[in-house]
Amino acid sequence: MRAASTFFWRRPYWYLALLLVPPLLWFGTVYLGSLFALLAQSFYRIDDFTAQIVREPTLATYGQLVSQPANVDIVLRTVTMAIAVTVTCALIALPIATYMARYAAGRMKALFYVGVMLPMWTSYLVKVYAWRLLLAKEGIIAWFVGKLGLTGVLDALLATPAVGGPSLSSSYIGMFLVFVYMWLPFMILPMAAALERVPGSLLQASADLGARPSQTFRNVVLPLAVPGIAAGSVFTFSLTLGDYIIPSVVGAPGYFIGMMVYVQQGTAGNIPLAAAFSVVPIVLIFVYLSIAKRLGAFDAL
Amino acid sequence: MTAAIEFRGVSRIYGEVRAVDDVSFAIEPGEFFAMLGPSGSGKTSCLRLVAGFDTPDRGQVLLDGTDVSSVPPYDRNVNTVFQDYALFPHMTVLQNVAYGPRVRGVEVTEREQRAREMLELVQLGAQGGRRPSQLSGGQRQRVALARALINQPKVLLLDEPLGALDLRLREEMQIELKSLQKKLGITFVFVTHDQGEALSMADRVAVFNKGRIEQLAAPRELYLRPATPFVARFVGSANVANAALAAKLGVTAQAFAVRGENITLQVESAPAPAEHVCAPGAVLAVQFHGAASRWQIQLDAGEVWSALVPEEETRRLNGLNVGARVRLCWPRAAAVTLIEPGAAA
Repeated sequence: MRAASTFFWRRPYWYLALLLVPPLLWFGTVYLGSLFALLAQSFYRIDDFTAQIVREPTLATYGQLVSQPANVDIVLRTVTMAIAVTVTCALIALPIATYMARYAAGRMKALFYVGVMLPMWTSYLVKVYAWRLLLAKEGIIAWFVGKLGLTGVLDALLATPAVGGPSLSSSYIGMFLVFVYMWLPFMILPMAAALERVPGSLLQASADLGARPSQTFRNVVLPLAVPGIAAGSVFTFSLTLGDYIIPSVVGAPGYFIGMMVYVQQGTAGNIPLAAAFSVVPIVLIFVYLSIAKRLGAFDAL
Repeated sequence: MTAAIEFRGVSRIYGEVRAVDDVSFAIEPGEFFAMLGPSGSGKTSCLRLVAGFDTPDRGQVLLDGTDVSSVPPYDRNVNTVFQDYALFPHMTVLQNVAYGPRVRGVEVTEREQRAREMLELVQLGAQGGRRPSQLSGGQRQRVALARALINQPKVLLLDEPLGALDLRLREEMQIELKSLQKKLGITFVFVTHDQGEALSMADRVAVFNKGRIEQLAAPRELYLRPATPFVARFVGSANVANAALAAKLGVTAQAFAVRGENITLQVESAPAPAEHVCAPGAVLAVQFHGAASRWQIQLDAGEVWSALVPEEETRRLNGLNVGARVRLCWPRAAAVTLIEPGAAA
């Protein structure tokens, strides 16, 4: 034992190799390997007559993806939802994360962190189905809105073209509410972590130099919290882009990218198109991160 | 003349702790004022009360004769150099310095012009385009200074600004700060736990202990005539005898202090000098300090005292080892009478 310790102490590279090679092998084959296998599939195509996969490199599947209006609609619908969910999550998370990071202390702080993470201890499916009941026409939300005498407002909201529907549980508004509820913790936690890393003396320095609290927030807090907001938004954005359970349980019948992947690789048996659809979120996240970097989101890291 | 800063019976209590306990004092305009004390003595709390980061629970803080107890920091004509400098990491040096005018609505070309002038003043004219993280500790310190001075405050607060610098840079900055203060003629309030720094730079020093000011005086007076045992020990590193020890040594039963450099060390066989008080003891340790050595002596009467013995004298005494019997003698006039807290009415 002692000899082995000495051996590795004298040869730090061997130690590092011992430490890293097993997880890297796992990561390389299981994650990256399967990801590349998937990407490779998107360059095959399906033969329309035989329904067999033609294993020759081609861009035909991508052509199908961008040329069919139904497919483009699915991508646009999913991206619009992902943007709406991300922006809303950021707006709700900012005051909560600010309170958690800057003002709460001791038990209050622990309470907030546990409170934010508590919903994640429950099964995801249970929560989605619970939301369907909450949002149903005879559900508790409709009942409560009725008690407040605001049924007219809810009806007007549901009458909105495109996002409305017969009830909350069968409209894009309802789906949006469930998405926001589900992914909010993934926005709050990185944001709180980023805000917590901003030293208090920087805020004092800003006030000391004559900045009103709103100026301090704009000039100091926000720029320093942006990496956290960016990290959180990548979570909410990519989770919404890839999810297929929420759109299939709650909301209007229109397809989302995740559902399309599920349907194409399952019943339709069109693995190349499913693969091409899975590439869309990857590309979108990449584009999003490039824009964020260009705007200087990660300069304060 | 209206005081630049005045505390009237100010207290700040955190739970059970009286961080600032009924403190009153006034700082004159243009004064270089030091607040000296160990950590937790209340000096930084007082600075925060002046800057406006905290509000007093009792009493009033006045700036230029106006009660500012409920005025927020951004409406006070006071600027601070922070202990960790608190430079904005996402801004360049020039943007950091220009921040004050920027939030006050000065337009870009003018504020950057002023920021460049301030950087010239602290000899960092060429560094405006860099990030704070690319600067050395001493340079960051100067940027913090330039940023605090650009608003032309009436009072500049400095919170242990030299603590993170190495000894040579610290001594350089001490001289520079002092000359800068003379040049600008504004009030400097300097918080430090380093008595050498306070004594060498300040016009007056307030010595803090347990949330109170133990003594407020000019450096020379503080050193030569400490008022309390705490000040004698903290400022002059003096030997302190309480009333009981004084009685054992055969002088008036009242607390007094003797500084190490006023004590001569003798072997017991030597004749005791006239007009001196002497105390027998045994050598505990000898520390070399360059021009002089500090001899720790265990007094027979109880305490451990130290004598600062010049180098040639130490060489003469060099035969003495740990445990050797010696006698500490000091002129009667060198003993400073102290007021023991709680003992006085």
